[in-house]
Amino acid sequence: MARAGLWAALTLLALPVLAGLAGVLGPAFGYLPALGRSTVSLDPWQAVLAWPGLGAAMRLSVVTGILSTAISMALTLLIVAAWQGTRSFQWITRALAPSLSLPHAAAAFGLAFLIAPSGWIARAFSPWATGWELPPDLLIVNDPWGLALVAGLVVKEVPFLLLMVLAALPQSDSLRGQMVARSLGYGRVMGWMKAVAPRVYAQIRLPVYAVLAYSMSVVDVALILGPTRPPTLAVQILEWMNHPDLGMRFQAAAAALLQLGLVLGVLALWIAGERLVARWGVGWAAGGARGIAADTVLRPLGAGAALGIGLAVGLGLAGLLVWSFAGLWQFPALWPDSFSLRVWSGQSAALQRRLWETALIALGATGIALALSIAALQAGARGASAALIYLPLIVPQIAFLPGLATFALILGVDGTRWAVMAAHLVFVLPYVYLALADPWHAWDRRAGLVAAGLGAGPARVLWAVRLPMLTRALCVAFAVGFATSVAQYLPTLLIGAGRVSTVTTEAVALAASSNRRLIGVWAVMQMALPMAVFAMALMLPALLFRRRQGMQIG
Amino acid sequence: MSLRLDRLEIARDGVAMVQIDREVAPGEVLSVMGPSGCGKSTLLAALVGALPPAFTLRGQIWLAGREITGLSPHQRRMGILFQDDLLFPHLSVAGNLGFGLARGVADRAGVIAQALNEAGLAGMGARDPATLSGGQRSRVALMRVLLSDPGALLLDEPFSKLDAGLRAQMREFVFARARARGLPVVLVTHDLADAQAAGGDVVRVTGEVLRL
Repeated sequence: MARAGLWAALTLLALPVLAGLAGVLGPAFGYLPALGRSTVSLDPWQAVLAWPGLGAAMRLSVVTGILSTAISMALTLLIVAAWQGTRSFQWITRALAPSLSLPHAAAAFGLAFLIAPSGWIARAFSPWATGWELPPDLLIVNDPWGLALVAGLVVKEVPFLLLMVLAALPQSDSLRGQMVARSLGYGRVMGWMKAVAPRVYAQIRLPVYAVLAYSMSVVDVALILGPTRPPTLAVQILEWMNHPDLGMRFQAAAAALLQLGLVLGVLALWIAGERLVARWGVGWAAGGARGIAADTVLRPLGAGAALGIGLAVGLGLAGLLVWSFAGLWQFPALWPDSFSLRVWSGQSAALQRRLWETALIALGATGIALALSIAALQAGARGASAALIYLPLIVPQIAFLPGLATFALILGVDGTRWAVMAAHLVFVLPYVYLALADPWHAWDRRAGLVAAGLGAGPARVLWAVRLPMLTRALCVAFAVGFATSVAQYLPTLLIGAGRVSTVTTEAVALAASSNRRLIGVWAVMQMALPMAVFAMALMLPALLFRRRQGMQIG
Repeated sequence: MSLRLDRLEIARDGVAMVQIDREVAPGEVLSVMGPSGCGKSTLLAALVGALPPAFTLRGQIWLAGREITGLSPHQRRMGILFQDDLLFPHLSVAGNLGFGLARGVADRAGVIAQALNEAGLAGMGARDPATLSGGQRSRVALMRVLLSDPGALLLDEPFSKLDAGLRAQMREFVFARARARGLPVVLVTHDLADAQAAGGDVVRVTGEVLRL
């Protein structure tokens, strides 16, 4: 039974990815009997190559992916190196952690509202400093270099990587390593980078690869913040997939393979880069430079980065909220002249329908993911299977979801709620498993031995001892899974075939519109739903075990 | 009701670490002494049925005339106490005791109240275990084991985390109850005073008998 759970989980992780890739492979070479094409040809590739935007789209994918990953990585390490072990560090991690539950799209909308020519930043400096009486005609959001896209990715990936680093710190003997370095006369940042960073990085490599692959191929954030003519390759693939002419699906499939190749190539490049840095770093670490003076610059820089990211997310979300209630709001006023519920009440029926649909899909996918994760962990999943967990996170969604969509079409299940839920499960399962695995293994096995000594069989140990003791971890894993499901854009769109809409697909569909109030309403809903579930997940164990001190966080 | 370790041998990579061939009579304590890492805890793991796969076990374990060598931990009726009380944090004191008490027992509340009484904790059933003192928690842990009606009692350095005054009291409390119920006891310790207080034979994991 437990073994079966492990295999079910592993199959569920690997099979959709492989099937999806297989489903892309045929059409990419012109083969799709369901659409009446049963000969192999290179036509789709010629069509892709004939697209004039190809070079720029590929360059955008590569540059924005590498840039946002490198910047996120550097800032994360800097923040930890400069502040680990201080009171401020606890404050930083507590302030950035909630943004994990925040969908990428909501954070991207918030940032777009903040940095747009008519956003709060421009308003704050106008007209006294800038002289602008009207919003300037500047292409800040959707800039052709993809800088806004990079910024949007960085504000979301730094909190994620920070959490990954936090999880890796106890296994890296970081505090003692840092103490030894300090006692040898090293500065805070330099000592951490030379003594601790290599061990930490070794443990967060897979999450970093996931960030790199995600940044190169993300669709929703690119639709909101990315360039438009041409867009990134991933966005262009989606456009071809959604084209009314089904024949465009062939070149979409070819481009999806191209995107996969691009991601694999850049991953190989990144790994080669790791080698180079490692080789150079050994000499650097042994060189003896103490870097005492560097602290005076780097520590404020780290704090500034954390503060900047926190403000970008916090003010961005506040901006969304204010716009959703705004009546007349002229430039450069910092605050609307009036507030109104007009847009909220106008949307209330649609909001209710979409919220219900979103919650139902998220509940189903997360519930199944939780059951499978427990079964897999109970069966002793570790090691190789743990690496497999990352497969759906490293193979780009845009590379294999078109193939799954094709299968769904052939099977006639596309556009059903259940197919969308199954597609969400592929991405929810890894996050639920990862959230649960550490607390699961940290559980004191002697409690199980004591229970067995009292006559409790394995099932009773699981249900009456281990799961209750892990209530908090289970709740957090559930909230993580729920937030992951709510945030899914591409699986909902492609497998739902436009007939299943969630708050996320509704919100992202508004990206091209200039109706800030409408965007505000939907983006606020998109962030409120997972945050509410997170709040409940933290409250539930506190409520259940309010008379049990041993169940509070130590 | 005795515990017999019949030519028990535990080996790792073909090297024997533990070799014991003894019988522990009802109410008697066998103390196993040695420095940490010598295999004392491995012996206990073998007795409860949780030996890590890296070890191989030869010989047989008999409890009350029944061979239990191949049984799962929950089928052996081997009660165990660790140096931490390991009370379940999500259950009340009474809940912990009820966890140990077998399902079919009539008047559960009465039995639990009596156990609390015996441990000097009358009326504290509804308490959160985290609010008890260290000595109280240890006594609850012992009563929890005794309520499960074990065939033998295994003690893994159970007194080492208690402070000196409490340690003597707790030793007395544990051994008296084991004797009263006629339980064979295996005590694993590196503290000579524990072994002396137990009063039974003292051996090394290699089976060699120590004279105190």
